[in-house]
Amino acid sequence: MGFSFKKLAQGLLKTKENIVSKLKTAVGLHKKIDAALLDEIEEILISADISVETTGKVVDDLKVRVAKQGIDNSDEVYGLLKDSLTELFSFQSGDRSFFEVVPKPYVIMIVGVNGTGKTTSIAKIARRFMSDGKKVTMAAADTFRAAAIDQLSIWANRVGCNIVKGQEGGDSASVAFDAVAAALARGDDLVIIDTAGRLHTKLNLMEELSKVKRVIKKAMPDAPHRTLLVIDGTTGQNALQQVEIFNKLLQLDGIIITKLDGTAKGGAVFSIVDKFKLPVVLIGIGEQMDDLDEFNPRDFVDAMFA
Amino acid sequence: MFDSLSEKLEKAFKTLRGQGKLTEDNVRESVKDVRRALLDADVNFKVVKQFIAGVEEKAYGQETLRSVAPSEQIVKIIHDELVDILGGQNAPIEFRGTPGKLLLCGLQGSGKTTLAGKIALHYQKKGQRPLMVAADIYRPAAVKQLQVLGKQIDVPVFHVDKKPPQICAEAIEYARANNLTLIIFDTAGRLHIDEELMQELSDIKKKVSPDEILLVADSMTGQDAVNVAAQFNETLDFTGVALTKLDGDSRGGAALSIRHITGKPIKLVSVGEKLSDLELFYPERMASRILGMGDIVSLVEKAQETIDVKEAVKLEKKLRKEAFTFDDFYQQLQQLKKMGSLESILKMIPGVSSQLRNVDIDESQMKRVEAIILSMTMEERNRPQVLNGSRRARIADGSGTSIQEVNRLIKQFQQMQKMIKQMRGGKLKRMIPGNFFN
Repeated sequence: MGFSFKKLAQGLLKTKENIVSKLKTAVGLHKKIDAALLDEIEEILISADISVETTGKVVDDLKVRVAKQGIDNSDEVYGLLKDSLTELFSFQSGDRSFFEVVPKPYVIMIVGVNGTGKTTSIAKIARRFMSDGKKVTMAAADTFRAAAIDQLSIWANRVGCNIVKGQEGGDSASVAFDAVAAALARGDDLVIIDTAGRLHTKLNLMEELSKVKRVIKKAMPDAPHRTLLVIDGTTGQNALQQVEIFNKLLQLDGIIITKLDGTAKGGAVFSIVDKFKLPVVLIGIGEQMDDLDEFNPRDFVDAMFA
Repeated sequence: MFDSLSEKLEKAFKTLRGQGKLTEDNVRESVKDVRRALLDADVNFKVVKQFIAGVEEKAYGQETLRSVAPSEQIVKIIHDELVDILGGQNAPIEFRGTPGKLLLCGLQGSGKTTLAGKIALHYQKKGQRPLMVAADIYRPAAVKQLQVLGKQIDVPVFHVDKKPPQICAEAIEYARANNLTLIIFDTAGRLHIDEELMQELSDIKKKVSPDEILLVADSMTGQDAVNVAAQFNETLDFTGVALTKLDGDSRGGAALSIRHITGKPIKLVSVGEKLSDLELFYPERMASRILGMGDIVSLVEKAQETIDVKEAVKLEKKLRKEAFTFDDFYQQLQQLKKMGSLESILKMIPGVSSQLRNVDIDESQMKRVEAIILSMTMEERNRPQVLNGSRRARIADGSGTSIQEVNRLIKQFQQMQKMIKQMRGGKLKRMIPGNFFN
């Protein structure tokens, strides 16, 4: 059911300090909501890694709200800005929990550029499903990076789930295929596929991912049921390019944003949903196992402004 | 996604040429675009502010030059200023004694371990005997990862089951005992606000007193780069920065932010998946990249390396007098091919890289064009007008293509001939037979 509000607010503490303390200063300097204050708000949003484009949209929306409600007292800008930011997520219906999964096995494929935290996220997701009493198989389809298979194996061991692995340098698609086939045979509830990190600009490596996806379908025609892109929360404007290209090739179902603790600005959360209308399904706000959980837009924005 | 900065400025300045001086008004207009370009490139907004103020000051009152558009002039001022801040000359890595000691630190996932392997390989090639030290005891299989890399490049890896400062201290003994000349310490990724782990780094520094401490930074990092760099610098007073994942398409504004905040030079850049993909840092190129101007310097260098100047002069002379033939075209293709993949070449051209993301360049198309030309007789290559239906059918057969493809090539070729005729008189050098592959 997502993070408790307290935990979320705590995890986002630094991000919050970035946006809200700056906002407070700005509001302190301007009594009325005027062009100067809006300019400052624009800057504050951009400085949180929200894209220039999305920032423009949010500020425009804010202007409309100000005019419509006839407000000019700068103190009220918080509430309005919260609404404008939350509005970006209006397409994201919170219909079903990420952790309710049918059919069986439910296949999740995890992709992303190097170093975003794919493997660690997979461990956290697996542990969560395990504690819900589900049977999980991990697929170590990152056959490229040195010791990536060992890394996932250690996690599988700690979490206590199944793992299917191949040889380093082997064919990642066949590892994914074997994992799905094994899970089908065993009657597992879930398969989570780890893939090698790759920059979205490497066409041949991206093509390999499409192949993994195609081959999975041979084991189970409607799989993968979710293809999720992991984005590092400290990434700047390049996050949008990553989403664009991964989405074009793999038709993503959603985004996981990691490393939102620390002083990460997390603006990517807003830019991505605005530009691609792709749901953010999970966010990571710390290094502990339960620091990755469902994303709820309203809570997220509230926690930022709390 | 965005026009290149120079394109934008060109639009803004169309009417300005020859107006005498760069005034406050016309500078301010262009500065808005510069600001946006820098923000889009992930340069920290505070750094942008200070940077812009500096540029404005330099730009006011400069005479507009007759030979270049004011937009180009402003871009030049900005570019030079960027190069200046980014460090002018490239800063070398220096070791004070033997064994040399280099410590890598940074956030999780910035690419420290892979970089350790790259640096080891680089110095091994130069005749050093490197040792890599696995001091990341937190991430599962991090030690194993370094060991695997070590095996690939035949470099020993040191690790004992102790605390990281102790591991590093013992590594020095090990290096001395085994006559190794360079030690690379790979540490765990950590958040800059994690006091305990930052203290650990500081302890390692005390124990081994490294010659070089490099902050390893992901070139895709956003606004937060300044906080990370400032905090690591405060704790460690690092000696330089290594930028990773520069083979992606991020504009790399983090480089400018880090440099500006810490004053520390960027010493290395990591540009690919292979362990040999390590380069020195060139401020010029980084400045062009941040401004979205493409990497013209590298392109020109590449062209100079590979293109036979005599051939080029001969071709130009020929084109001034006679028609461009299929044979000339084939020669051009060969020159182009020597420079690398079409994709990598196009990416260096300003304004192209952003559009290119949506285009898949089909290198096999180039092979087909070659095959078609090679299936022509010399006469056909030099006098394309003789290419009638039966000749075309023969060529299609011979090259394993279709008549349609042969027809298309001939048609495009004729258009190109026409263009060359029109351009005769000066602009020849700009010709690139690129539209053949669309």
